[in-house]
Amino acid sequence: MTSSHILTGRYFMNGDHACAEGAIAAGCRFFGGYPITPSTEIAEHLSSRMPQIGGVYIQMEDEMGSMATVLGASAAGARAMTATSGPGFSLMMENIGLAAMMEIPCLVVNVQRGSPSTGLPTLPGQADVMQARWGSHGDYGVVAYAPWSPQEFFDLTVHSFNVADRYRIPVLLLADEVVGHMVERVEIPEADKIPHWGRKRPIGSKKEFKPFEAIDDDLVPPLAHAGEGYRLHFTGLTHDERGYPDMSADTHQVLVSRLVEKINRNPKDLIRTETFHLEGARIVVIAFGSTARSARRAVRVARERGLPVGFLRLISIWPFPEQLIRELAQDVDAFVMAEMNLGQMIREVERHVEQPVLGVNHAGGAMLAPEPILEAIEKVANNGSTSSR
Amino acid sequence: MVQPLLVEEHPLDGLIRADRMPHIWCPGCGIGIVMRCYAQAIINSGIDIEKHVVVSGIGCSGRVAGYMNIDSYHTTHGRGIPFAVGLKLANPELCVTVFSGDGDLAAIGGNHLIHAARRNIDITVICANNFNYGMTGGQMGPTTPYGALSTTSVYGCPEHPFNLVNLLAAAGANFVSRWTTIHVRQVIDDVLYAFNKPGFSFIEVLAPCPIGFGKSNDLEQGVDETLLYRERCVHEPDTALDKLGIDLREDQPIYVGRFVDREAPAYQPIRLEVEK
Amino acid sequence: MRQEIRISGFGGQGVILAGFLLGKAFSLYQDLETVMTQAYGPEARGGASSSSIVVADYPIAYPFVQKADVLIALSQEGYTRYRGETKPEATIIIDEGLVTPKPEDQPLRIPATKLAEGLGRRIVANVVILGYFCAISDIVSREAVEEAIRTSVKPKTLSLNLEAFEAGFAYAKIEERNS
Ligand SMILES: Cc1ncc(C[n+]2csc(CCOP(=O)(O)OP(=O)(O)O)c2C)c(N)n1
Ligand code: SF4
Ligand SMILES: [Mg+2]
Repeated sequence: MTSSHILTGRYFMNGDHACAEGAIAAGCRFFGGYPITPSTEIAEHLSSRMPQIGGVYIQMEDEMGSMATVLGASAAGARAMTATSGPGFSLMMENIGLAAMMEIPCLVVNVQRGSPSTGLPTLPGQADVMQARWGSHGDYGVVAYAPWSPQEFFDLTVHSFNVADRYRIPVLLLADEVVGHMVERVEIPEADKIPHWGRKRPIGSKKEFKPFEAIDDDLVPPLAHAGEGYRLHFTGLTHDERGYPDMSADTHQVLVSRLVEKINRNPKDLIRTETFHLEGARIVVIAFGSTARSARRAVRVARERGLPVGFLRLISIWPFPEQLIRELAQDVDAFVMAEMNLGQMIREVERHVEQPVLGVNHAGGAMLAPEPILEAIEKVANNGSTSSR
Repeated sequence: MVQPLLVEEHPLDGLIRADRMPHIWCPGCGIGIVMRCYAQAIINSGIDIEKHVVVSGIGCSGRVAGYMNIDSYHTTHGRGIPFAVGLKLANPELCVTVFSGDGDLAAIGGNHLIHAARRNIDITVICANNFNYGMTGGQMGPTTPYGALSTTSVYGCPEHPFNLVNLLAAAGANFVSRWTTIHVRQVIDDVLYAFNKPGFSFIEVLAPCPIGFGKSNDLEQGVDETLLYRERCVHEPDTALDKLGIDLREDQPIYVGRFVDREAPAYQPIRLEVEK
Repeated sequence: MRQEIRISGFGGQGVILAGFLLGKAFSLYQDLETVMTQAYGPEARGGASSSSIVVADYPIAYPFVQKADVLIALSQEGYTRYRGETKPEATIIIDEGLVTPKPEDQPLRIPATKLAEGLGRRIVANVVILGYFCAISDIVSREAVEEAIRTSVKPKTLSLNLEAFEAGFAYAKIEERNS
């Protein structure tokens, strides 16, 4: 990586541009995409930056092509990404599954807007969280992050590339229109302060190398690239350790279990959360992405009013921090889950706790404001417990 | 009595994944011949075998990626071309070939096909055209001739097929040719030519599919379709592009040859500063 | 301290740039917590345009303006639409050539577009009014805004923008002396 390409410094920058600079700082040198609001600024910014740094910007004919070309570039060794929003995310699902199956690292940014369908192109939403988890057909582990500020959009872009490479997976970065378009201070660190976890690369004989053999405990096989002399075979069909198709239930069981298990087994690298005011909390508010900003304010005000409320911010939405939620559940009376959709993440919370979980929801189109979250906190505090779903 | 001749070595040893044989193709299928031509072109190319990469979509033709003993990517249905574009742009040293079927390339992947040709990306596409979706059991597709029978056109195909040569020429490919499985030498030559030709090259090879297409169209055996090629093929490279449509029902010629060979600049990502 | 500032006008008047410059001044040169947002979508149709800045001396959670402390209006529509979303004690600044305030309103007035025309380019009315705001506000630093201008506008328009800023700033000072 050439450090001079990293624009170390302080900027007043929107989230989409911060993501693009984060990608460059992470060493991404390939962007394939199709413009769509509110992610377009990422494409625009990279179309001007990539030519400056010897990278590739290619504007594809659609999002199926975008996803495929990103995988091709990554298979040839490049850190590669695309960026989109709801309608394009749906089209990418096909090859997000291929990325999971071929174990080709890449970054897919979804700056969420109001949905379903064309929905609200210029306005925010958070209703793609379950699509992110289950969108492509079949079982596979998923890692998805949700930034709440332009700075975090930058940081998580870097982190997502690291996770993608380290675990040989497509990482999904689920921003939303608010975070994509808002302008805030963004500090781009010095090159040597930017964490870089490379790909795990094969060692030993090229002839003996099996591209899907997971020798290590983390269940991640080393990744060889096209043109290196390994005579690789990659397929979306169920395959054995050599990568050869094997149409058997046994091989399928082994392969798919590993795709799921390699994510489950490594929570330390993957799960990220942040907590505020948990001391003495009887109620915990949970939120992610831009909604977490409103939740943060609501919790602060509630604390000022003497209510025993704490806050958990999900930075990784997948894997879901179920362990932490279960631990919190030992000490609290109720949860409040705030999200800009009609109740998706709340199902995850409910799966792991006995206590009532009150949802604060909005279909999208405007940021969920602090007031309804505060009201929910007060309602829960006054009732002792409640569930309104 | 005829003595069997035992050969120690086959010229393609090392290029075919012997551990994946037997292949899935039916007796009389033409795809293997086209793959054989591609493999021969790789040998003749003198380009380091490690730099050759083959990408396929899904279909019987798409299985080629699984049988070639080079870096090979068997992608999703229709997406071979954009995957190949990513490989090529990320590592321009690679000699990237897409080997796939008519349905994969021209139906579900049709948009990628014309746009890669429009951009004139420096890859080679070999299309095994068997006039149907062989893999799924012989449905009509974008190249099925008008009136031909298939499992989803039991009263005769009501649609007009693509004239792929004309399509690719209009889209902007630098090199476009059409041959059949009887034109082994020409196919090898053109694939080889395409490897070295900057820009987008498209080689259509008509291939018998006795199971999916032949049996419902009076071409019961692979050899029947092969004989039909021999009778009908006309090598007239100067034929107007819009006259190159294929109609198997009537006593129409099947035009073969190199139809487009031009020197438009190949796609280059914009570079303001070249990284060493 | 938390201040919410909205700048509104119509497309082409540079209200987004004005918001950006002000936000950048706060954020990078005054080290205050600052968020800038702008109207996208249906709100931004019909040529209307608006940008908002929230500035505080503690981390800003909710990023949008709810009741503005300051409204700078460069168009009648911008004034009418956002006048209601201001605090009772809010500072209202209008381009007096373009906005007719409600009779009960006593906004601060500056002929920003006219002054900009005097400099040869009406498109710098946004920076003129920014200069004016800077002069009357006790939270914006002049140096900070000038630095934001220097580091943001195209080099060939820099001197024009600095002149525009100065023109707005001076106008406020003259008014102050005359009052
Ligand atoms: C998205 C998707 N749709 C449908 C299929 C089923 N399918 C597999 S191969 C194929 C047609 C292949 O036709 P062609 O490319 O002509 O290849 P052939 O088998 O004739 O060589 C279809 C429809 C699929 N695999 N994926
Ligand atoms: S179905 Fe047709 S194309 Fe497929 S293997 Fe059989 S003959 Fe070949
Ligand atoms: Mg076919």
